[in-house]
Order: sequence, then structure tokens, then C-alpha cells
Amino acid sequence: MADIINDDDKKITRRDFMTLTAGTMAVVGATCAAWPLVDSLNPSAEVLAMSSVEVDISNIKPGQTATVKWRGKPVFVRNRTQEEIDKARAVITSTLPDPQTDQERIKSGHDQWLITVGICTHLGCVPLANQGDYGGWFCPCHGSHYDTSGRIRKGPAPLNLLVPPYEFVSNTKIKIG
Amino acid sequence: MKHEFVMLFRIFICIFLLCSSISASAHSHTALPPKKMEWPFDGMFGTFDRQAAQRGFQVYKEVCAACHGLYNLSYRNLKDIGFSDAEIKEIAKNYTLQDGPNDAGEMYDRPAMPSDKFVHPYPNEQAARAANNGAYPPDLSLVVKSREDGANYLYSLLTGYHDAPTDITIMPGLSYNPYFAGTQIAMPPPLTDGQVTYADGTKASVEQMARDVTIFLQWSAEPEMEHRKSMGLKVMIFLVIFTIFFYIAKQRIWKDVK
Amino acid sequence: MDSKTNNVNCNKSCSIIEWIDYRLPFLSFLKHLQHYRTPKNLSYLWSMGSIAGIALVIQIVTGIVLAMHYTPHVDYAFESVEKIMRNVNYGWLIRYMHAVGASMFFVAVYIHIARGLYYGSYKTPRELLWQIGIVIFLVMMATAFMGYVLPWGQMSYWGATVITNLFSAIPLVGENIVTWLWGGFSVDNPTLNRFFSLHYLLPFIIIALVMLHLIALHTHGSNNPKGIDVTEKDTIPFHPYYTIKDFVGFGVYFLIFAFFIFYEPNYLGHPDNYTPANPMVTPAHIVPEWYFLPFYAILRAVPSKLGGVLLMFASIFVLFFLPWLDRSPIRSASFRPLYRISFWLFVIDCLVLGYVGGKPPEEPYLTISRIAATYYFFNFFILLPFISKYEKPLPLPSSL
Repeated sequence: MADIINDDDKKITRRDFMTLTAGTMAVVGATCAAWPLVDSLNPSAEVLAMSSVEVDISNIKPGQTATVKWRGKPVFVRNRTQEEIDKARAVITSTLPDPQTDQERIKSGHDQWLITVGICTHLGCVPLANQGDYGGWFCPCHGSHYDTSGRIRKGPAPLNLLVPPYEFVSNTKIKIG
Repeated sequence: MKHEFVMLFRIFICIFLLCSSISASAHSHTALPPKKMEWPFDGMFGTFDRQAAQRGFQVYKEVCAACHGLYNLSYRNLKDIGFSDAEIKEIAKNYTLQDGPNDAGEMYDRPAMPSDKFVHPYPNEQAARAANNGAYPPDLSLVVKSREDGANYLYSLLTGYHDAPTDITIMPGLSYNPYFAGTQIAMPPPLTDGQVTYADGTKASVEQMARDVTIFLQWSAEPEMEHRKSMGLKVMIFLVIFTIFFYIAKQRIWKDVK
Repeated sequence: MDSKTNNVNCNKSCSIIEWIDYRLPFLSFLKHLQHYRTPKNLSYLWSMGSIAGIALVIQIVTGIVLAMHYTPHVDYAFESVEKIMRNVNYGWLIRYMHAVGASMFFVAVYIHIARGLYYGSYKTPRELLWQIGIVIFLVMMATAFMGYVLPWGQMSYWGATVITNLFSAIPLVGENIVTWLWGGFSVDNPTLNRFFSLHYLLPFIIIALVMLHLIALHTHGSNNPKGIDVTEKDTIPFHPYYTIKDFVGFGVYFLIFAFFIFYEPNYLGHPDNYTPANPMVTPAHIVPEWYFLPFYAILRAVPSKLGGVLLMFASIFVLFFLPWLDRSPIRSASFRPLYRISFWLFVIDCLVLGYVGGKPPEEPYLTISRIAATYYFFNFFILLPFISKYEKPLPLPSSL
């Protein structure tokens, strides 16, 4: 009697092991099969190909702002005059709602170029260039004023205009993103 | 148990026969069956011969692109067959496409970028037909998948032009090709020996160019092929082990029944 | 034990699962599956039902993901499918899973139906189970037909044109019905849009029908290879015996599925569908997908358009009446030598019909299709009733 019980015990352990292994394989297989379905929702190759844009800045004259489209959003590319740069640097940073120096927001050696995402950090409208009390931008939706470094000075917006990742491919060309 | 296995086996055979009869049924009776060639992309372990594909792209660019589009590909896809980013930018720059409107409201021309799709040689289908005696040169990005036994068919077609037998009258504007359904094709023989000077120095015979451009077009129709086949091997091995394990587990659980 | 069922509010001794189960008996439902008694002699042919269920789930999941990237407009449909194949991460895999999956779904269902025919699973008390199954089959065919139109290739367009044109055969109102189906004067954008909407909807109708199908099944339990009614001693609980056996079946099914997806994804399809739809150019041979070929053969066998349509639908509707055409009290063909022969002849007849369905409607295929179509109805209306009345069956065993 005792032998039969022992045999049964052994049998259960062996078959449980097989079932457990097989079951684990099933779970692993199902997870591996699920991954492509999940990953297919990530940006597709053509979207990723559009994730950087190159801009030829040779035609933007001092004082002019060009607007380009990057990842579906407007980006301001501004060629600042020396006066505008000086005005931005004269500000005491600690008095700003979102303290940042002008130098932190540009690439050194290309100080006149200010590149910011053209979306108001309040609720997302597109600010208007060369308007407002600080010589920069003015957002007509709720009255935010940005200065010549794209920093918020007055109004409900909490943060400065976002500076996207970019680099100077050459003196006349920048790559955003 | 054995009885059921036999039945299941019989039913599978029946369905297999049905399926194989389908593949044989789409022939055209008037065309020669394509020559059977050996391709580097054939079989479970097939790959794209990148050198050949690059030569094939050169053939496409210098010979075929005058009339045939490659619309489903973007220039950046050429990276897959071994072109560098800089080379791709150069290739793309040679093509012009229309963009716009600009801030003045006008459409303008600009050189293509890697992210653009291959520029079509004609602005629309009607212009393509007008320039080719009323025949529309089909887009080539899927041509290998859109013809039965596509790669062999394409190779046979490109190397198959010769003088018509004396008992056939060729209609004006058409050429004789026994591999084409109806044997009279609107495309004049596109390849001649030495037509292209290959960048890697390979001799550009008609057979060589036909082979290279077929490999290139096979890639352009199925760029995922290598990834697909390698994933397939892993999946099949996993599933074989999976089935064996479950079978053993099943036998053990069922041991006490009956 | 009583506290579980009598407690209105859960105190510390009840678990969350018990709290939910008291209000929505999902746990009891799962326990039912575990104790559900099944005949102990079911072969792997009985796994086809759950395989079909998995196939349905795979189609729905892959289909929903594909629908995130597909554009149902005549100018963008073909291109959007190519975008899926080339740009969407694993897009090619998901697309091929869906396309091959449809064929695999039909393989599973055809074997499932063949099992039902051979072992008399359509006989009393399972007539309604069988008929719900036929309805599922019909809805599957509608779903597959509309799905094939969506890539908007040459075969998509012309297959849709041929099949929707069939309805013009209906006397008096036929033309109006076709215009109504099309939403225009030919298969065009309105048609594509509504096919997309319905193709998304019908699989969920199939789910509802499958649930009815399973409830009907569980009312009297499964049939078995010997076809005799079983007592408790001849049954085993569904779990773990048939859960694990079904997994073996899944393994084999996925192996065949994977082979096609990864090595021959376009074998069961038509090269013509990789050419964008062109209303001005008809392909040399318009052929539906393989799983429709037998019905296509019957359709073309009849010279009259209306006759062909009626006969094609009749070939499926006749299945509804099978329990009354074949009245033999013996279920399984194992004990019915004459019926067994007629079954295999019927299978061969279906294969012949499938073969000629893929050929152009010329001789000798046309004559063969007529003979095969005639035999099809001869089998159901004459052979089966005759056999069921006069056949001498082998003696049935008393138990499994």
C-alpha cells in the first residue's frame, strides 16, 4: 500500500514538471507574440524619418523670424540683431518667472540664432512674433509675453518657450531633432 | 486512436492537394513558363546579395527609371542594401519633385531628400501612357510579388527578347517576347550588352544586368525577407519544442485514462 | 462554506475573488469548465473547435492593430497596406498573420465540419448546435469576402465586382439591390468604406454566435468517435485532460501557421492583388480565395445567372437540413460502412469542385464542374436519405 502511494507521488511530481515547463513555454511564447503587436504602435519608420528636419538659415536676415514645421509643431528660427541680444542679456535672471540666462538657450558661437518651439507653454497656442511688451513674442490667446530670448516675462504661461535639440550642420544649415 | 490519426492525415492530404492545385491554376496558356534560375534569396536561408542589389539599383536608375516608378520605396530604404547615408543623400538630390505651397501660395520644385518616396518619372498615369504608345509602364516596387513566380518571370522576360517566328505578325509599337502573356509586349528590349558601366567593374552583359535588377526588385518588393526568414527559423524551432513538451505532458496526464 | 454564499457584505474572512464571484459568478463559470464532463475517447479532431476559437482571436487582435494603420479610401488603401508592410514596426508580420490566419481559420473550420459530418455530430440532440455552426460559417464567409476587398488590389476590386453583381440576378429588385450595396454605380469608395465598417463588426457577431454554439454544446456535451451516448463513467473532466490535449493541437496548428507566415506568406493568395485596383483593366482570371472555390465552381456550373446564385446558396443551406435528410439513428461512420464510402466520395467531390473553381470556365473544367455540382446535391438529397433508410449498420458497442 505504501509503495503505491509513493509511486503515485512520484508520478505527480514528474508530470507536474512537464506541465509546468510546457506551460511556461506557452506563456513565454504568448509574450513574444504579443511584443510585435505592441511595438507596431510605436512610431513607424516613415514617422521616424521625419523626426529631424534640416533648415537652410542663409536667407533669414537679422531681425527676421522664420517658422518651420518639425514633428508636426511650429518652430521659430530667429536671427537676432545685436540690440535684441543685448536686451536679452541685460535682464536679471532671478527676476524671471522661469529663470534662464540667454546663453543657456543658444549655441555659443552662434549667439544671434534663437531656435524655440513656437507653442505657448500655457495652453498651446502659437505666439505672434515681434509683438508684445518685450520685443519677442505675444500670445493672443491669454496674453503671455515672451522676450527676445523666448522667455516668459508676463502673463499666465509658466515656462519659457522650449528650445528643441538642434545642431549647426554648417554655418548656413541647422538640423532640428 | 490510430483510426483518428489516419483520418486526420487523410484530411490534411486532401487540403494540401487542394492548395497545390490552386497554385498551378493561374497560368496563362499562351506564354512560355519562366526559366528556373537559382537565386541567393531562395529557400529558408535565403539572403539578399547586397553587391548584386546595388548593381541592380544602378541598372534601375540608369535604364528602367526613365519610364518605371518605384513608388512604394523611399530613398532612405536604400540603406538596407548597403548604401551609406551620404550616398543616399547624393542619390536623392538628383531627383526633383514638386512641393508647396510656399508662403506666397505657389508650388515650387525642390531636390528630393532621403525621406521622400522615389520620384515618379511621369506626373500621372495619363502622361505615362501618352509617352509610351498608350501602354502604362507599371510601377516596379511590387512587380516581383505581382507576377506568378515573379523573379524567374522577370529574368526570363528581360533576357527573352528575340526575333519573332515567321508565322507571327508583330503589331506596330510592340515587340516579341515569348515569356509575356500574348507574346507581344509594349516594352521594347530594355537591355543591351555593356549598356551600364558597373561601379564595381563587373561585366554588364544582358544576363548579368537582368540578374542584378531582379535581385534589386525582389528586395524592393520584400525588404523584410531576411528578417522574416530568420525570425521564422526561431519561431519554428520554438514551436517544435513547444509541441513536443506539451505532447509529453499530455501523455503523462493521460496515462491513467482507459 | 455557507458564509460564502450567505454573506451580503464581505468581512475579513472572505477574499476579493469570493466577493466578486458572489455578485458575478465568473469563478463558478471557470469551475464549471474544470468539472465539465467530456467523453474520454475524443481524438485530435475534437481539438478543431478550440483551434478555430484561437484562430478567431488571432484574426481579431491582428485586425484591430492593422486597422490602426489602414486607410479605407480608394486613393490610399493600397498604399496604406504597403506602408504597414514596409514602415510599421513588425507591420509585415501582423499583415501576414492576418492574411494567412484567415486561410488557417477556414482550414480549421473545414476539418471541424468534416468531423461533424463523419461522426454524426449534427444528429439529435445536437441539430441546433450544428445549425448555429452553419450560421457561423456563413458570417465567416461574409467577413472574409469583405476583408479581401480592403487592400484594394486588382483581385479585391474585381472579386467584389463579380460577387456583388450576382445580386442583380434577383428578379424585379436585383439592380436596385446592387446599386444599394455599392452605394453607387460600381464598386467604388462608398463600397470600400462600408465593407471596412462591416468587416470590423462581423467578427464580434461571430463571437456572440460562438458563445451560443458553446452553450448549445454544453447542454448535452460532446459527441465522440463511437457516436454512442456516454454515461458518467465514460467521461473525464475537461480540465486537465482536454485543456492539455488542445495545447498539443495548438502547437501543430501554430507550426503550420508559422511555416506559411514566414516562408510562403503569399502561397495561398493571388499575385494579381499586388497590383493596385484598376477599374479599366480586368485580370485574365478572376478567382476568389481558395476557401471559396468549391462554391464558385457551383456558381459557374449553371448557365443561368440566377440559377447559379440560387444553387450556390442552396449548397450551403442544404447543410441546415442535414439532420432530417440523414435520419439514421447511428451517429458515427465507424459503424456505417455505406455512409463511410459516401462521406469520402463527398470529400473528393468537394476537392474536385475546388479544383475546377480555380480554373477558367472552359472545357473540360465546365463539364467536370457540372458533374461534381450535380453529385453534391445528389449526395444530400438522394444518397444520404437512401443510405440512412436501407443501410445495415455494424453493431454498436454498449460503452466506450
